[in-house]
Amino acid sequence: MTVVVGYVPTPEGEAALTQAITEARKNNSTLVLINSSKGEAAVDNRFAPEGEIQDIEQRLASQGIQYLIKRPVRGHDAAAEVLDAAEEHKADLIVIGLRRRTPVGKLIMGSTSQRILLEADCPVLAVKAS
Amino acid sequence: MDVWSSLMDGFATALTPMNFLYAVIGVILGTAVGVLPGLGPAMTVALLLPVTYALEPTSAFIMFAGIYYGGMYGGSTTSILLNTPGESSSVVTAIEGNKMAKAGRAAQALATAAIGSFVAGTIGTALLAVCAPIVVKFAVSLGAPSYFAIMVLALLAVTAVLGSSRLRGFASLGLGLAIGLVGMDSVTGQRRLTFGQPLLADGLDIVVVAVAIFAVGEALWVAAHLRRTPLHAIPVGQPWMGKSDWKRSWKPWLRGTAFGFPFGALPAGGAEIPTFLSYVTEKRLSKHPEEFGKGAIEGVAGPEAANNAAAAGTLTPMLALGLPTNATAAVMLAAFTSYGIQPGPQLFTSEGPLVWALIASLFIGNLLLLIINLPLAPMWAKLLQLPRPYLYAGILFFATLGAYSVNLQAFDLVILLVLGALGFMMRRFGLPVLPLILGVILGPRIEGQLRKTLQLSAGDPAGLFGEPIAVVIYVIIALILLWPFAYKLIRRNRPAAAPAAGASALATEPDDTVHSNHDAVYSDHKERP
Repeated sequence: MTVVVGYVPTPEGEAALTQAITEARKNNSTLVLINSSKGEAAVDNRFAPEGEIQDIEQRLASQGIQYLIKRPVRGHDAAAEVLDAAEEHKADLIVIGLRRRTPVGKLIMGSTSQRILLEADCPVLAVKAS
Repeated sequence: MDVWSSLMDGFATALTPMNFLYAVIGVILGTAVGVLPGLGPAMTVALLLPVTYALEPTSAFIMFAGIYYGGMYGGSTTSILLNTPGESSSVVTAIEGNKMAKAGRAAQALATAAIGSFVAGTIGTALLAVCAPIVVKFAVSLGAPSYFAIMVLALLAVTAVLGSSRLRGFASLGLGLAIGLVGMDSVTGQRRLTFGQPLLADGLDIVVVAVAIFAVGEALWVAAHLRRTPLHAIPVGQPWMGKSDWKRSWKPWLRGTAFGFPFGALPAGGAEIPTFLSYVTEKRLSKHPEEFGKGAIEGVAGPEAANNAAAAGTLTPMLALGLPTNATAAVMLAAFTSYGIQPGPQLFTSEGPLVWALIASLFIGNLLLLIINLPLAPMWAKLLQLPRPYLYAGILFFATLGAYSVNLQAFDLVILLVLGALGFMMRRFGLPVLPLILGVILGPRIEGQLRKTLQLSAGDPAGLFGEPIAVVIYVIIALILLWPFAYKLIRRNRPAAAPAAGASALATEPDDTVHSNHDAVYSDHKERP
């Protein structure tokens, strides 16, 4: 059993991670955390800094969860990276965080969540920030 | 008094609504390119050259001056928040500035950098206004042999003193001189390096060369390293300084200015050496030496003041002698030529109003920069989140448009691409770009002075030594060229003596990239006669 979670350092990402931990513990499955960046800008705030990743590792280890953290920087967008990982690890569940987007914002920026919801081959659990 | 009234006239010109608007555009653009690593004021001015042909020269130069000063301000923001220098003169700022930011004192670091830059820039510009006319008075008395010698000194000094490898510097200079030679010989009408191509007979347009080397070369280089692990900008609020910060900052500001201006004004100045000297001095004089390496405010205040004062200093030989010593000044000099203005000592008399309006606009630009940089620093940091593909696509578009618009010749686009590829290769093999640009721009003018000298002496090379100042300068050139060999010889005889001081100054610096940069700057400084 594998749970893939798309993580970004925001309240939504945090909510997704918490939910994913719960799911992983419930089924005793492996947790695959994806935190990616296209690597095209000098600064990307959605790419978690090293220190934060270490905190997450400690948190996962202390809960006794088998985990794998992936931080790809190869020019693919976040949706593609999550879907890739889900396929590669034969995920049974994808967990993502949702945030509110106006229709115009969605038109211009696109929606990572929407792509994952539509294109994933497994169940997708979408959570909101508490 | 004459200076004063000319300067006031300059202010009157620079403060007309249109010119003021161009100053505002200039400082905003300048700060933006300063903040973004890889882009610099030289590239921006080169890209804007064709666009500004429609403008009055005064407005164009006011904008260029804003870009030049703005680049210096913007560079410090990136250095402090990201530990990646936005441009070469803020390498030293990153050492203490980033440590301060990591310790939660980013606001104070940005404030001391901005206010220090303002203080140094203002004092530097005032010194420029006072010194430049004096230099001009001295320069008018110089004949062709002395001019030739001074230009050779500038070229050799920039090539041999700055940068880490002399061989690479001279290779780059040679390329530049060769590009400068292309076209018709001005005296005999012979075609040189045209390869039978009639379109090359007029020579390569400097705009095309500058845009190719700076913009296309850099864009290709970035495209080759497009994806890099993103860094984290340290979040920052409104920059401000407490009372103790002011107390610790004002002396470094003034000392930094004192280092920066003369080094900027020297033919081999640049901003790298004075910023490093200022850093070392502040470290030695500080009452809080234990804070150095952990984020000492003096280590930000001094070097930032030094680089802005050096920027003002660089304009002194540029305006008074027509002698550029950094890339931006070189491109600005090319702009003078493309407007049909002859740079050199006669500039102050023939184009007095323009020059003084330019100097006045530097004062105005400095104030504008302080106003837009202090409250808006967090917004500038946001620029770093711009995806590079969009940015460089835009730059390539403007580069192509600009290169084509100069002569409306498709052939220029071929040259643009060929030289762009050359710019890429130079970055790939670590050749500095500055000697090439100086070679292209100064090469033809050096040749002109040489031909004049030889014509006057009827072809006798002894004419080159006909003026005492020329002889003095040749001695200096010889010293610059021979010093490294002499230094090596001395060191071989007394092995343990010299390098100790340099090593201890650098011992506390853990960051590898910055460290190697400093080594280069430091050893250059050691080589100076």
